[in-house]
Amino acid sequence: MTHENTVPLLHPAPDYAGADRDFSRDAAARAIVFARLRAVLPAGSVMVETEDLRPYECDGLSAYCQVPMAVALPADEAQVAAVLAICHELEVPVVARGAGTGLSGGALPHAQGLVLSLARMQRILRMDAESRTAVVQPGVRNLAISEAASSLGLYYAPDPSSQIACTIGGNVAENSGGVHCLKYGLTVHNVLKVRGVTMTGEIVEFGSAALDTPGYDLLALLIGSEGMLAVVTEVTVRLTPKPQLAQVVMASFDDVNKAGDAVAAIIAAGIIPAGLEMMDKPATLAVEPFVNAGYDLEAEAILLCESDGTPEEVAEEIGRVKAVLNRCGARAMAVSRDEGERLTFWAGRKAAFPAVGRISPDYYCMDGTIPRKRLAEMLTAIAALSKKYGLRCANVFHAGDGNLHPLIMFDANEPGELERAEAFGAEILEKSVEFGGSITGEHGVGAEKINQMCVQFNRDERDFFFAVKRAFDQRGLLNPGKAIPTLHRCAEYGRMRVSSGRMPFPDLPRF
Amino acid sequence: MMTAPPDTPSTQRDDSRPDTLEGFAARIRRAVEAGAPLRIEGGGSKNFYGGPLRGEPLSTTAYAGVIAYAPTELVITARAGTALAQIEAVLAEKQQRLAFEPPRFSPDSTIGGVVAAGLSGPRRLQAGAVRDFVLGTRIVDGQGRILTFGGQVMKNVAGYDVSRVMAGSLGTLGLIAEVSLKVLPVPVAEATLRFACAQAEGIALANRWGGQPLPVSATAWHDGTLWVRLSGAEAAVTAARASLGGEVVDDEAGRAFWQTLRDQKHTFFTAIAGNGLPVWRLSVPSTTQPLDLPGDTWVEWGGALRWLASDASADQVRAVVLAAGGHATVYRASDDAKTRAGGAFQPLSPALAVLNRNLKREFDPRGIFGPGRLYPDF
Ligand SMILES: Cc1cc2nc3c(=O)[nH]c(=O)nc-3n(C[C@H](O)[C@H](O)[C@H](O)COP(=O)(O)OP(=O)(O)OC[C@H]3O[C@@H](n4cnc5c(N)ncnc54)[C@H](O)[C@@H]3O)c2cc1C
Repeated sequence: MTHENTVPLLHPAPDYAGADRDFSRDAAARAIVFARLRAVLPAGSVMVETEDLRPYECDGLSAYCQVPMAVALPADEAQVAAVLAICHELEVPVVARGAGTGLSGGALPHAQGLVLSLARMQRILRMDAESRTAVVQPGVRNLAISEAASSLGLYYAPDPSSQIACTIGGNVAENSGGVHCLKYGLTVHNVLKVRGVTMTGEIVEFGSAALDTPGYDLLALLIGSEGMLAVVTEVTVRLTPKPQLAQVVMASFDDVNKAGDAVAAIIAAGIIPAGLEMMDKPATLAVEPFVNAGYDLEAEAILLCESDGTPEEVAEEIGRVKAVLNRCGARAMAVSRDEGERLTFWAGRKAAFPAVGRISPDYYCMDGTIPRKRLAEMLTAIAALSKKYGLRCANVFHAGDGNLHPLIMFDANEPGELERAEAFGAEILEKSVEFGGSITGEHGVGAEKINQMCVQFNRDERDFFFAVKRAFDQRGLLNPGKAIPTLHRCAEYGRMRVSSGRMPFPDLPRF
Repeated sequence: MMTAPPDTPSTQRDDSRPDTLEGFAARIRRAVEAGAPLRIEGGGSKNFYGGPLRGEPLSTTAYAGVIAYAPTELVITARAGTALAQIEAVLAEKQQRLAFEPPRFSPDSTIGGVVAAGLSGPRRLQAGAVRDFVLGTRIVDGQGRILTFGGQVMKNVAGYDVSRVMAGSLGTLGLIAEVSLKVLPVPVAEATLRFACAQAEGIALANRWGGQPLPVSATAWHDGTLWVRLSGAEAAVTAARASLGGEVVDDEAGRAFWQTLRDQKHTFFTAIAGNGLPVWRLSVPSTTQPLDLPGDTWVEWGGALRWLASDASADQVRAVVLAAGGHATVYRASDDAKTRAGGAFQPLSPALAVLNRNLKREFDPRGIFGPGRLYPDF
């Protein structure tokens, strides 16, 4: 998204719980921070000039921008620990940053804080075929792990569409997923161990090279914690044997309801496909000219269903999948004939975001999850909202997981469109909660979905999240203001919603 | 001042076995006021596991029943006191199952206990552990607050993943009142193979196969024999059976073998009830060579789980396992033996100990849930 014309509404309120020192008015204090940091880092690793800080002012959600006080680029874990200890002592907020591809403003800087970029820590430390594990630094790109493992017949299974750019540290922070998660799991299912540094500068090992550890499962808590509990400095991932063969069935439907039912029918038949993705017509129309995948442009929805394993196994499963799709009224079907064609079929799905970016000046990507059986209902609701707000919306889904990515198209240069896009998105997320789902499946809450947290969780639950945060970061200095809204913030959001004529957030039951 | 008549429900009711969420919350608040610890209990089938049992019992068994089960959503939601056997029966009707194969120590085992203990069975190798399948929980914390985390959807990163932390917390963080678990289809085909080999070779083979796209769903080595279970599509199992070789075990015998192992019914595990040696649970990197420790050994999970019945000193066992990069639990032993070992579980590194204690304090500020069950000091 472009950042001209952003409105105050989109900026997160400055209600940081904890860090509230204002270094901007205290040049002497600032100088001390810079000098202390420079003393523990190699030359050229601390940046404080505005033009050097600009590249760090936002992540993939560029409607939210904030130039930080400084950026530090440590080269190893000891330097990370030294930086954190200093920031803890001087009460400087710290925001860790990987590649900055996050879509929820999780890496949005703090005006009075330090951005801790892990970009220089990008070495693969160990690749072990026998134990099927890789030990990597946090700045290693997701795809680089699979590339390095390839000659061993192995790969790292979670494959976010951003995998050429995003880092494993960011993946751990967001518990990222990809199109193969249904069968192979999310980041949390594929990471064995994380070395991290807490805000006090303490180095901690979460998990281990064994399959479990004594005490509480803090690894599970760390994964998906949006950089708020510890800074990740080393990750041991589990590698998966590459299947002998993968094939994808592409099926088109003249009705999104039928496509939604087909998803449920595949699962009901006892099949867990390697990937099960869906695109609606606006998404297909946006993507096809971009990738020439041969998508059916008349179809209201397209399903991609991948099968992997031995050739015999794939043949058997594809046969079953085709039978189910036929039964569910698919209007056309094609099975990839070779690896090239398989990749072409996927190319459109993987390029959906940039493709939508080509047909609209700006787009806003949502990330709600819902029970699969509510898919068709959700699509109908989104279509109605699209009319209500006068904005186009293309839908791509990790259908097998019930994770939707509606892409709301708007033009930030048109007065009012950004606010409309945000209100549209907020309604989709709140609908997700109403349908028994969640406001975020894989992109995180970050700075963006703070308000919707007030809808998904009641006051006690939000207090509890702060309690968890306190257990790791007493002073609330690590990525402050993200993911968990303060009471004040929710009260304000409640008033806003009442004033626009709707109910204040009820504590919706989710069981 | 009015005194309540003696037979009001509140005084009649056995409040150690609440049947509502509010009942649990009230009981917990009363414990907090009295400063009297509670030990949360389901069927009691895992009372042997972890540190000594302290506190007044708080049973979940009256809060039972499946709340929701949608086979096409691959999710089941149940109250903590629901019998594991009932859950498995409900799932089996739709050809689904709990893929982590929790041990069934007794017909009384509850789903709450399964999650709280965090023990997974032979299929953990292929499918993952209990925590990997926890999608959401409703808990009652140490202040008697009823809190809901996670949900019934496959993916959910809103807020910290509190639900997964409940897995394996042994009732020391809070009361798990309801839980949503991911479920999976029963595999179409299954077969068991047997190989005669020494332990080192068994471990090497299991790791080698683990690096290949084979449908190996469990391995077990004991006393010169390696057992391998294949699960998946008919075609995949047939192909793997042909390529691995070994001796094909009759289906019935194969099923019985894995069931006995899963439910820990071998005399290896049960002998302690007589006067056998303490049984240790050793969790190590899968490629770890046979450990230099005396005693009888079972090797599961492709080498990552070793059971040891041994009279070796706790110090010796823990040192050897720590050096291998793992941890050792005194699994089945007398309270005395656990005390001598400094607790059932391997001591934590100083940095982890601090975080564990901090977390415990935030969940349960007054320390009323199962003091000493996980670690002697909290
Ligand atoms: C085109 C596109 C497609 C995408 N597709 C997917 C997808 O399919 N699935 C998916 O899940 N996501 C997707 N994303 C979102 C994004 O790529 C992921 O969230 C990714 O994991 C972020 O990694 P990063 O290195 O860019 O992290 P950043 O954006 O730099 O940071 C993200 C969060 O992680 C924290 N963080 C980063 N590094 C560390 C560290 N070392 N220690 C502690 N905290 C840290 C930050 O503070 C921040 O809160 C997509 C994004 C784009 C732009």
